[in-house]
Amino acid sequence: MEPFEKILTKNMSDPKYTGSLQDYEATGGYQALRKVLAGVPQNDIVEMVKKSGLRGRGGAGFPTGVKWSFLPKDHPGPKYLCCNADESEPGTFKDRQLMERDPHQVLEGMAITCYTIGAKTGYIYIRGEFRFGAKVLERAIEEAKQAGHLGSNVHGSGVTINLYVHAGAGAYICGEETALLESLEGKRGKPRVKPPFPATHGLYQKPTVVNNVETLANIPHIVNRGPEWFAAIGVPPKSTGTRVFCLSGHVKNPGNYELPVNATFRDLIEELGGGMRSDKPMIAFIPGGASAPFLTPEHIDVQMDFESVAMVGSMSGSGGVTVMEEGTSMVWAALRLMEFFYHESCGKCTPCREGSSWIVQILQRIQNKQGRREDLDTLSEICKNIGGRTVCAFGDAEISPVQSTLKYWRHEYEALIQEAETLRAIQKNKEIPVLSL
Amino acid sequence: MLLEKHKDYIDDLLSRYPIKRSALLPLLNLAQKEEGYVSQAAMREIAKILDLTPPQVFETATFYTMLTLKPIGKYHVQVCRSLMCALVRADTLIEWLQKYLGIAVGQTTPDKMFTLSAVECLGSCGSGPMMQINDDYFERLTEEKVGQILEDLKQTGDCDLKTGPYMVPEPR
Repeated sequence: MEPFEKILTKNMSDPKYTGSLQDYEATGGYQALRKVLAGVPQNDIVEMVKKSGLRGRGGAGFPTGVKWSFLPKDHPGPKYLCCNADESEPGTFKDRQLMERDPHQVLEGMAITCYTIGAKTGYIYIRGEFRFGAKVLERAIEEAKQAGHLGSNVHGSGVTINLYVHAGAGAYICGEETALLESLEGKRGKPRVKPPFPATHGLYQKPTVVNNVETLANIPHIVNRGPEWFAAIGVPPKSTGTRVFCLSGHVKNPGNYELPVNATFRDLIEELGGGMRSDKPMIAFIPGGASAPFLTPEHIDVQMDFESVAMVGSMSGSGGVTVMEEGTSMVWAALRLMEFFYHESCGKCTPCREGSSWIVQILQRIQNKQGRREDLDTLSEICKNIGGRTVCAFGDAEISPVQSTLKYWRHEYEALIQEAETLRAIQKNKEIPVLSL
Repeated sequence: MLLEKHKDYIDDLLSRYPIKRSALLPLLNLAQKEEGYVSQAAMREIAKILDLTPPQVFETATFYTMLTLKPIGKYHVQVCRSLMCALVRADTLIEWLQKYLGIAVGQTTPDKMFTLSAVECLGSCGSGPMMQINDDYFERLTEEKVGQILEDLKQTGDCDLKTGPYMVPEPR
C-alpha cells in the first residue's frame, strides 16, 4: 500500500490530542472559518466543494457541492443545516469517533456550511444512544461560542451561526434524511415522499441541507488546502478524498481506519486489520454496512471507491466493512440482518413492513430445519416485490443480505432445506426426497 | 413536575426551535431520565407544555425504541444482538448476563435493580461484544468484566470500565 496522509483522523492519531478547543486551534483549527468569513463569496465555496469531488459519506454518496447548489438562492425565509449523526447502519462506527475525539472539526465544517448555504441555525441530530458523544458536542459548542467561532456576529462578520445538539430516541430509520427531518419536527420518524426534496422543502418546509458527520468534517480541510489537493486523492474525478472505513467481524484488529478511497479491501482487512483472527479463512464480507450486498473473498482486491464496489454488484455505502470467517452460516447471517431490518422498518410502506416480516419467518424456519422446498422461490419473489417499491431506500437495503447470500451461498440454504425434507419424510415414514432446488 | 424542576432547561430548549413540537423528543428523554420511564402523567404534562394533545405525544413516544412506557429496573442493561456483535459472541454475553442476573431477556430482577434487554445495533461494531447500561457503553466484554461491572453498579452506582472518548484502535 502506498503511503498517504490522514486527513480526518490525523489529529486524533496523536495520543496527546484531547479534542479540546485549545488542541484543535493549535493544529490550525477554525482558520478555514476565519478565511471564509473574511470575505469568500458563498458561491465560490459551493464551487470549491463541487470541484473537490467530495461525496456524501453517509451511504448514498451524493456529491456534496451539488446538493448545496440545489438550495434556492433568493429564498427570503430561514434555511437550515442538519448534521446527520444518527449513525445506525450496522457495521458503521466512524461518526461516533469523529465526534467524540475531534468535535470541533465537525463544528467548523458545520459553521462553514451554514455560512455557505445562508443558514443561521444548524442542528446535529445524534442518535439517542450516543449520550457521551452528545455531551462532548455540547461542551464543544459552548467552547466555540465563548471563543467567538459560533453565535451572533461570528468573528465580526455580522454572520449568525447557532448550532444545537438534538438527540434522537432510538430509530434506525431516522438516518434517512427526510425521516430525520420528521423526527426533528417531533413526529414519528417516517420518511417523506420525494419530491419535493429537502433542498426546497426540508425542515419546517424550509430549504434544508442534510449532511453526514464525516462529510462535514472534510469541509475545513478542503477550504484550507484547496479543492485541487482533495480531488487528487483517490479516484478522480468521481470518488475523491479519504474515508474512515469501519472494520468489524472476525479480524485481528477491528476499528476505524482512514484510507484513500482507491485503497482495496485487502489493504483494509489484511494490512491494517491484521487479517483473519484465527487460521480460518474468510468466507464473506460486507463492504458497506448492513444495507450492502455480501461479497466473497474473490472480491478482496476490489477498490473501495463508490464505482468499483458498484461494479461488482454491491455498494460502498457507509464504509462499514464486516468480515466473516469460514464456519459462519450465511443463512444465519442473513437472518440476523433481516431481524434487524424487520425491527427497524418504520411501517409506512406495505412491501417493506409486511415483506420484512415474511422474510424473517421464512429464514427462521429454514434455519430451524423446517424449511420447505418452495421457500427459496418465495424468498426471491418477496424480494422482487420490495425492491424499488418503497418511499425510501430502506426497502432496497433490507433485501440485499437475502439476495446476495442466495446468489453466492444458495447451497447452504439448499442443504438446510434438504435436511428438513429428510426429517419430514422420516417422520412420515416416506421415501426421502432428493431436492434439486 | 417537569416544568417546575427544569424550567430553565425547558425555556432554553424551546428557544432553539421555531416550532414547539420539535422539543418533544428532548422532553420525552428528560421525562425518562427523571422517572426511569415515560409515565402517562409526564406525557400529559409535555403535551401541555408544547400545546399538543396527549395522543400526539403518545403517538410519537411509541415510535422510538429507547423510550420505555412502563417502569423498569434502575439499570437498563441493553445488549447489542445485531450481526456484527453476534459474530464476536454477543449471544454468549447474553448468557453470562442471564446467569449473573438470574433473569431472562426482557425481565427485571426482583429487587428492581436490573432490566435486561437485547437490542439492535448500538454503533459499536468494532468493539463488540458490548452493552449499554443507562447512559454508558461497556465494550470488548469478557465474562470477568461483566461480573465486575454488575458488582460495581450494585455497590457504588458507577463503574470505571465504561468507555470514554471512542477510538479503535487506540492511538499509539
